[in-house]
Amino acid sequence: MHPVRKQRLQWILLILVATSIGIGLVVYTLRQNANYFYTPSQIASGVAPLGVALRAGGMVTKGSLHRIADSLEVSFDVSDGAARLRVHFTGILPDLFAEGQAAVVTGKLDDQSIMRATQVLAKHDENYMPPEVADAMLEAYKRPDERARVDEEPYYEP
Amino acid sequence: MSNRLVLFAPLLVFTVFAPVLWLALERDPQELPSAREGQLFPDFSLSQLVDASKTLQAEDLRGEVTLVNVWATWCYACTLEHPMLNELATEGIKIVGLNYKDDRAAAIQWLERRGDPYAFTIFDEHGSLGLDLGVYGAPETYLLDAKGMVQYRRVGVLDERVWRDDFASRYTELVLAEENG
Amino acid sequence: MSPEFGHVALIVGLCLAVIQSAVPMCGTYFGAPRWMHMGRSLALGHAVFVMLAFISLTAAFLTDDFSVRYVAQHSNSLLPTQYKVSAVWSAHEGSLLLWSLVLALWSAAVAVFSKTLPLVFVARVLSVLGMIAVGFGLFILLTSNPFERTLPFPPMDGSDLNPLLQDIGLILHPPFLYMGYVGLSVPFAFAIAALLGQQFDSAWARWCRPWINIAWVFLTVGITLGSWWAYYELGWGGWWFWDPVENASLMPWLTATALVHSVAATEKRGVFRSWTLLLAIFAFSLSLLGTFLVRSGVLTSVHAFASDPERGEFILLFLCLVIGSSFLLFALRGPAIRSRTGFSGVSRETLLLVNNLILITSTAMILLGTLYPLIADALDWGKISVGPPYFNFFFVPLSLLLLASLGVSVSSRWRHTDPSGLRQKIKLPLIASILLGVLLPVPMASWYDNSGYAPSAAVTLIFTFWVLGASLHDALIKTASGNLMKLPASYWGMLCAHCGIAICALGVGLSTIYGVQRDIRMDLGDSIILAGYRFEFRDIRQFNQPNYVATQAEFAVYVGGVLERTLSPEKRHYHAGGEVMTEAGIDAGLTRDLYVSLGEPLGSSSWSVRVQVKPFVRCIWLGGLLVALGGILATADKRYRRRRSPKQLFTGSSGRASYEK
Repeated sequence: MHPVRKQRLQWILLILVATSIGIGLVVYTLRQNANYFYTPSQIASGVAPLGVALRAGGMVTKGSLHRIADSLEVSFDVSDGAARLRVHFTGILPDLFAEGQAAVVTGKLDDQSIMRATQVLAKHDENYMPPEVADAMLEAYKRPDERARVDEEPYYEP
Repeated sequence: MSNRLVLFAPLLVFTVFAPVLWLALERDPQELPSAREGQLFPDFSLSQLVDASKTLQAEDLRGEVTLVNVWATWCYACTLEHPMLNELATEGIKIVGLNYKDDRAAAIQWLERRGDPYAFTIFDEHGSLGLDLGVYGAPETYLLDAKGMVQYRRVGVLDERVWRDDFASRYTELVLAEENG
Repeated sequence: MSPEFGHVALIVGLCLAVIQSAVPMCGTYFGAPRWMHMGRSLALGHAVFVMLAFISLTAAFLTDDFSVRYVAQHSNSLLPTQYKVSAVWSAHEGSLLLWSLVLALWSAAVAVFSKTLPLVFVARVLSVLGMIAVGFGLFILLTSNPFERTLPFPPMDGSDLNPLLQDIGLILHPPFLYMGYVGLSVPFAFAIAALLGQQFDSAWARWCRPWINIAWVFLTVGITLGSWWAYYELGWGGWWFWDPVENASLMPWLTATALVHSVAATEKRGVFRSWTLLLAIFAFSLSLLGTFLVRSGVLTSVHAFASDPERGEFILLFLCLVIGSSFLLFALRGPAIRSRTGFSGVSRETLLLVNNLILITSTAMILLGTLYPLIADALDWGKISVGPPYFNFFFVPLSLLLLASLGVSVSSRWRHTDPSGLRQKIKLPLIASILLGVLLPVPMASWYDNSGYAPSAAVTLIFTFWVLGASLHDALIKTASGNLMKLPASYWGMLCAHCGIAICALGVGLSTIYGVQRDIRMDLGDSIILAGYRFEFRDIRQFNQPNYVATQAEFAVYVGGVLERTLSPEKRHYHAGGEVMTEAGIDAGLTRDLYVSLGEPLGSSSWSVRVQVKPFVRCIWLGGLLVALGGILATADKRYRRRRSPKQLFTGSSGRASYEK
């Protein structure tokens, strides 16, 4: 082979190998760090893995917010209309957090299927509902049989 | 030759990429199709907001093409769409309010302050009708034909654009169908 | 000036842009100089009309004309005057108008400051800019008209501006960012003109450089301001969130940074020609992509404008048209590009290549991370969000690599650098930085009540001192020979920008590693000790303002029993929209920030409170500003102001494209 050609081929091979390693690493890290979103119904049905960082969301159930005295620990429920998820969180809740509003939490599920949240996000805007929550509620809505099991508690209120 | 192909690489990558963006656009996360569309408005028996002695039923919604607007005093977005509803009412469109999980006195006061576009308002204190309807939250607006059938439903603020794009033609069609027989 | 006038002005502006995009371009094909000359006056005319439209919208805000829907939605008669002005660009429609205005001003600037460039080239550039202006003009008029009225029932008063946006940060941040974003359209237009005219020489690179630098400076300042605004205004002390919208601004910046460097190599050595062209196209494409992501609402973000698929479709179409056609043009005309001269393995060219590789890899990895949720959703892999760990995992090592190569590059020369000489030059700064970097964390561990020696701090310090040391060392060597004044401004610019990057990295590293944060419940009179500071919760009171009620706390900060500072964080409840705002109490300092924010009341006199001590956090923005200053210095170099007669250009080698058709 012509030496120039050979050199060029080597370069191309090197670039190819480097790019594929790079892409592999990116895909791997993306998968490691991608937080999947689960609905409270999915978590109730046991689809979601325990002890893995994930996100969940729904409407904060009215009357479910409790504070533990002398600390910043709170617990509350989020619901997608079909099931409820209990969330424990220690820290400062965002300004926009309120019962009856949508919230998205990030954290891990413990063995009692309680969400140990590390982050709570809330946003209520003119007509904003986090897209995931809207989808989750839609999903729950599509299954009328599960809907029948919703406890009396309303899930979207002041 | 291979050099020329390399020059096409950016174009190729982009052509692979663009459809993904398109697909993402297609999936509008805010869109919520209604389970009630094409079904009769559910039966109910609830009091009227202003006059608690009056009882309203599903029949009261029939006979005319009607908008049913779910609102509450705790709902900030409702204040945003209220001027639009007032405007629609002055144009002779029949709007029925569904006051959802609210306080009667506060709701009456709210209407006094902002104007009352509603032919009448159903007072759904415990959200029972809301549950039957499958209300996600306030505001929501339902378009009913003269037979009380839900023809269209919209979650979120009803502003001029929403009216123009999603309601106006449906409403006119229903009214025309009603007139023609 | 009525809104209808503004609307008409916008339409006239669009018509001028249509002519601007067609006539000069046709002129280049038919060899009609008169047609080509029209480009300049059309660009100026377009700018005047868009300016009139912008002024009339501003006037509508200042006169509280709530019959204009956009004004009614984003202003209020009680709003202070300066916020009435900034409210113009606080939401989608107005910010697009600002975008158009900025584009028009850039085109006008090109028209005015391009007198020395060949006519054909300028005609092409202005035509391309005209096409972009047509795209955005149509976008505004068809999907987001800010002049729409709500007659016959105008509201009595507006619904107020989001209190988050009632701030000096919002007055400044978007205009700067847009100047940067849109400024990238100029190098883009230059690149397209170069491809059309098949002119890729050093002269092209020289014409392009000042424009790239200025756009890049604006982008740098815009991003720095945005980060600073988020830090003090969002109230929780974060300065970068890897939010899709932030990424949308960082990607063009990284690409533009690569472009700034590669165009230098193209100008000086005639290398990387096709790469430079491609980067110019990339940079503008990414800024368009950013617009798409922000405006279409496909991504969940705290910044996202109200989503509207119709708008998304329009931008996507425009995006495909612009990017697709320029890549096609590049593929077709590319074979004509020949890069001159080789260079050895140890040379400034090689280091610039490394720099470009790192920057582009960073961009690609941010792009993937930002779009991955979109891809996953489109392919039904589930709803995913990519968190900061992903971005940090790649960005931190890549940045360190960049810093490492940065230190060497200052001392390197074009074409070939003597390896042993280079080794000699970098030996001192290398040893000094390693020594300082390894030793400094020892006392630091005790200054900030951080347990033990922090190796990550050592790494940060080594790399920062390495860049600073190598830069200063090089400057000393160069000035020691007595020709301080002879060193060009661009050299000082480079030095300044590189030190800025290092200082920014120092701020990022030390504030992350040694920053302490505590969320606690505090009763009136309680104290907490953090990093040697004692924060005492002394008082809480309420007071009324015209548009909000504030609950203000008072925290006294003591160091060793001596009162150092009083901080007054607030919680504000706005009347108009019912929003709640957290106003942090911040004591800023070069070496540390004290940061207290109020959470929520937990009973009569106790509150949840976040207390933070953030060492060197100011360096992040100081570094950003130094980088921008460096860009300004480099642009101010005498080289670009050298006047050359147009005649010389027509006859010289660079005029090759002038009348070839």
